[in-house]
Amino acid sequence: MIAFMNNSDSEEEPCNERTSLMSAESPPVPSYQDGLPASEAGEAQAHRKRRAGSSRGPSNIAGGEMSGSGVPLRESILENEEEELTLKYGAKHVIMLFVPVTLCMIVVVATIKSVRFYTEKNGQLIYTPFSEDTPSVGQRLLNSVLNTIVMISVIIVMTVFLVLLYKYRCYKFIHGWLILSSLMLLFLFTYIYLGEVLKTYNVAMDYPTLFIVIWNFGAVGMICIHWKGPLQLQQAYLIMISALMALVFIKYLPEWSAWVILGAISIYDLMAVLCPKGPLRMLVETAQERNEPIFPALIYSSAMMWTVGMAKPDTAARGASQQTWDAAEDGREQLRSPSHAESQMSETRGPVPTRPVTFEELEEEERGVKLGLGDFIFYSVLVGKAAATASGDWNTTLACFVAILIGLCLTLLLLAVFKKALPALPISITFGLIFYFSTDNLVRPFMDTLASHQLYI
Amino acid sequence: MAAAVLLGCAAIALGPAAALVLLTVAAEPLLLIVLLAGAFFWLLSLLAASLLWSVAVQLGGREDAALLPLGAAAAVLLQELCRFACFKMLKKADEGLATLSKDGRSPLSLRRVAYVSGLSFGTISGLFSITNILADSAGPGTVGIHGDSPYYFITSAFLTMALVLLHTFWGIIFFDACERRRAGGLGLVVGSHLLTSGLTFLNPWYEASLGPILILTLCTGLWAFSTAGGSFHNVLKCLSCKGE
Repeated sequence: MIAFMNNSDSEEEPCNERTSLMSAESPPVPSYQDGLPASEAGEAQAHRKRRAGSSRGPSNIAGGEMSGSGVPLRESILENEEEELTLKYGAKHVIMLFVPVTLCMIVVVATIKSVRFYTEKNGQLIYTPFSEDTPSVGQRLLNSVLNTIVMISVIIVMTVFLVLLYKYRCYKFIHGWLILSSLMLLFLFTYIYLGEVLKTYNVAMDYPTLFIVIWNFGAVGMICIHWKGPLQLQQAYLIMISALMALVFIKYLPEWSAWVILGAISIYDLMAVLCPKGPLRMLVETAQERNEPIFPALIYSSAMMWTVGMAKPDTAARGASQQTWDAAEDGREQLRSPSHAESQMSETRGPVPTRPVTFEELEEEERGVKLGLGDFIFYSVLVGKAAATASGDWNTTLACFVAILIGLCLTLLLLAVFKKALPALPISITFGLIFYFSTDNLVRPFMDTLASHQLYI
Repeated sequence: MAAAVLLGCAAIALGPAAALVLLTVAAEPLLLIVLLAGAFFWLLSLLAASLLWSVAVQLGGREDAALLPLGAAAAVLLQELCRFACFKMLKKADEGLATLSKDGRSPLSLRRVAYVSGLSFGTISGLFSITNILADSAGPGTVGIHGDSPYYFITSAFLTMALVLLHTFWGIIFFDACERRRAGGLGLVVGSHLLTSGLTFLNPWYEASLGPILILTLCTGLWAFSTAGGSFHNVLKCLSCKGE
């Protein structure tokens, strides 16, 4: 829920466990890793890719505070270039987020449209205890609002719990919690998903093969997410677990409750990130005080950050990019997948040069943008629900898809303007909800009438 | 057989759009955002048109079909209005980008933006027109079982393709006319859009609707080509691969 743009390497990129949108403008801070020295983080640079765009501007550095070595004459230049850098990389970062969000939505929509399991009503979660099978509309509305209240309360309680855990430095607890969550997601939910897909296409698979497939998928996933792995593999796993999570929500959330919950959670997101006493904001501030990266897990990061040639005396700030600190989530983290986007993304490594950095030596920094997995999940829930319940209409799905992407684009624009933590849900979900209801109720009859007469507008 | 129809119609209807997007737009992030913004504006216009349509149907209480010509005309006019709004917004964004950049020139040329915005209108309009039809074409069924034309799918595909290309050309011509403040260009774009929409009312008499629409597409394409600065001379030069 926090979109954050750091301009100093002392500031972390705080991101909530659920939805955070941030653009990493400063080198990643070392992660808390049990027993692993920070220097170990710098190892596999082989998979680091140079972005084509980076070769254009010579040593564009966003944020002069980055370079620990004093290059005073560059301060003013850097500030001017900061704007241009924002511009130059702004569109690229937007696209770097569009692609995974689109992929996640495509996976969810494809599954919804083909696998019947995820559209069948088969009970409800305990977080939505009130049933919607009531005869009257008023009762149904009341039940869905009550469901939303229960769900949001659970989320608030778990978030506060998380903040308390973080405040009192119970890192191991959080770590363990997240590992359990991701275990469940990577093994159990994948097993169910694979089973349903095989059933849909009537493909037989024997148990030994199934065991090997699921074991490999899950084990590699755990390693990639919680430890180290190639960036793209990690991104792929994060997309997959977000899609799995979204499918679970689509299946188990009753219809009206789902829409009310989507609306309520955007409001919660807005308040939790922007209000001074919001739990997420407190989380951010605590992390900033401690100069630690908070909850680097559960974040999708789009690029790897590497700053070779930056003579920052504090190696901790640059070296340990391995962030294995998985933040415990709030209420739903049992169902939620922890993401460990940051670890791969922030591979700062290599020896720390002690000589002062010259202009030409500063490598182009590849700043990625980060988006919390919760954002992925809720975007996909919205689009998936639109695909599942809009009476077989593809136009509604398309409209919601465009609306969400435009919302994300606007959020990133605001991020570039305000340069602080911003919630990523409200704008997109608002647009998505508006477009869903209007397309389903207004546009669909119109387009159907036109299509039945083969008219084009 | 159904899958073949699905794939074939999808390729006909959306192939040009997909190729244009992949070859010209996909590499540039800013243009992708322009593409998305254009799609958003088209959706807004469709929303407004559907709202008007629902209100008219509720108030009129008559047959849907009688109000269709008015509904279609309103939709066309609203689309052009949203194209104008898109132009205004992109112009402003262009100026903003120009002021922010180092050398005072914006990274996008307005011509390219015009092309991409037209393409975005075309793509989203084509997607909305054809996706439901494609989904139906995969499933079991008989085309035209109630006496309608059995060529529904293939003609829809061709009409969608024509519309995608037309929107692209109209985008170029419209933005150019707005830029040079020539009302003639604007009027011709709106007029040809109305003409295209009106010709589809002649379906299923495909000789009268599909044929002229394809001819109109060709003519509009040539007009857009000359608006964008092309000429026969340029084509010859390009084809003969003379170095510039």
